[in-house]
Amino acid sequence: MIDIVINITHLAFLAITSIAILRMTNLFAIVMLYGIFSLLSAGLFVVMDAPDVAFTEAAVGAGISTVLMLATLALVKRPEKPYYAEAPRVHRPWLPLAVVLVTGSALVYGTWDIPGFGASDSPAQTHVASYYIDNAVKETGVPNIVTAVLASYRGFDTLGEVVVVYTAAVAVLLLIGGRRSRAVPKTKPKPKGKGDQDET
Amino acid sequence: MDLLIGHYNYWIVIILMMVGLYTVISRGNLIKKIIGLNIFQVSVFFLYISIGNVEGGAAPIITEGVTVYSNPLPHVLILTAIVVGVATTALGLALVVRIKESYGTIEEDEIHKQDHSL
Amino acid sequence: MKPNLILHVIAKFVIPLIILFALYVQFHGDFGPGGGFQAGVIFSSAFILYGLVFGLDAAEKIIPSNWLQKLAALGVVIYAGVGMVSLMLGGNYLDYSLLGSNQIAGQHLGILLVELGVGITVAAVMLILFFAFAGRGRE
Repeated sequence: MIDIVINITHLAFLAITSIAILRMTNLFAIVMLYGIFSLLSAGLFVVMDAPDVAFTEAAVGAGISTVLMLATLALVKRPEKPYYAEAPRVHRPWLPLAVVLVTGSALVYGTWDIPGFGASDSPAQTHVASYYIDNAVKETGVPNIVTAVLASYRGFDTLGEVVVVYTAAVAVLLLIGGRRSRAVPKTKPKPKGKGDQDET
Repeated sequence: MDLLIGHYNYWIVIILMMVGLYTVISRGNLIKKIIGLNIFQVSVFFLYISIGNVEGGAAPIITEGVTVYSNPLPHVLILTAIVVGVATTALGLALVVRIKESYGTIEEDEIHKQDHSL
Repeated sequence: MKPNLILHVIAKFVIPLIILFALYVQFHGDFGPGGGFQAGVIFSSAFILYGLVFGLDAAEKIIPSNWLQKLAALGVVIYAGVGMVSLMLGGNYLDYSLLGSNQIAGQHLGILLVELGVGITVAAVMLILFFAFAGRGRE
């Protein structure tokens, strides 16, 4: 019973935080709210019996992502006050709102029939998962089933993931690895001859 | 009532997904779009972990005296997805920095105006 | 009293604990929650904290950038190398059973090496990202 109450309250907080992120216009406050959002979702993952995922989400979402966004904000802030304001929107929101409402209702219609939250006889629980739970310790000797599946049964996927992370580092180095920020001049510089004549 | 409690998770996930999607398509600031994309990603993670949850189960670490475990497979998939998500976000933010240096602004309308006026 | 005194003292106290915790999470990933990714991110966060408190120049003196690039590649090479060793010993790619005397010992060794590779790469990559973003606006 207390589990359900914690679940419901937590999810409500998440929805409220995401709507606040949508409506605010101060970018600094939005990034801070994103850190709170990440931490709340990490707490919710713990409640849903996923400590590995909660660990990763808290470290990566509330740690690295927020720090990188703050560093980006420091690099792209406007030169005049207020530094972190988002420009007011000039387009009408009717078309995006319509798209979102249609997609949302289609998804709700799609989830009407799926098994309820926590059912133990749903198709997701009966095929491969029982094999992993029964045989992971016998075949690999590692009690943490998630690590056993990640590193041994599905080792190829983890190899691909490490390569993706490495590629992201290479790409970021290519984009902003240099030291100086070179601002491209907006107008072409005047040729030498004309400038001298103008000054005299 | 049973339907409400059983499906409340999925509906909140759909609300989060739609809020993220709306942030991406209707706001013009590039950093806000990236944050909206991250909200969308987190909602998809919730969908998978909710599907893998078992009532009365424990975390999938074999311990004495526990018989029912939650499904470990969605945890593995989402672990990979979280790390790939942060790689994508870092790359997107690097692109935003270069766009700012190139155009002088990170608002989508002004970038379009500068592109069309060339 | 210098204005940053509290930050300096607390950072010097906390950074070794963070590194120790990262090593704990890395090597106890078999028995509790944890593993390579989480450990790599926590390890890098110790150095990011050092860079935030003591300045980016001091942080880059501790870990030069070219070392980080080589470490990131080293992690991927360790991971792929474990697979290659399995291939050369006669089994499939990334088949850990052949690395030890029996299957359980081989799996233990294989998982340990693979998670080590993952942890090294993730730590180096997070530090590369931080130094790239933080070092861009200077001079």
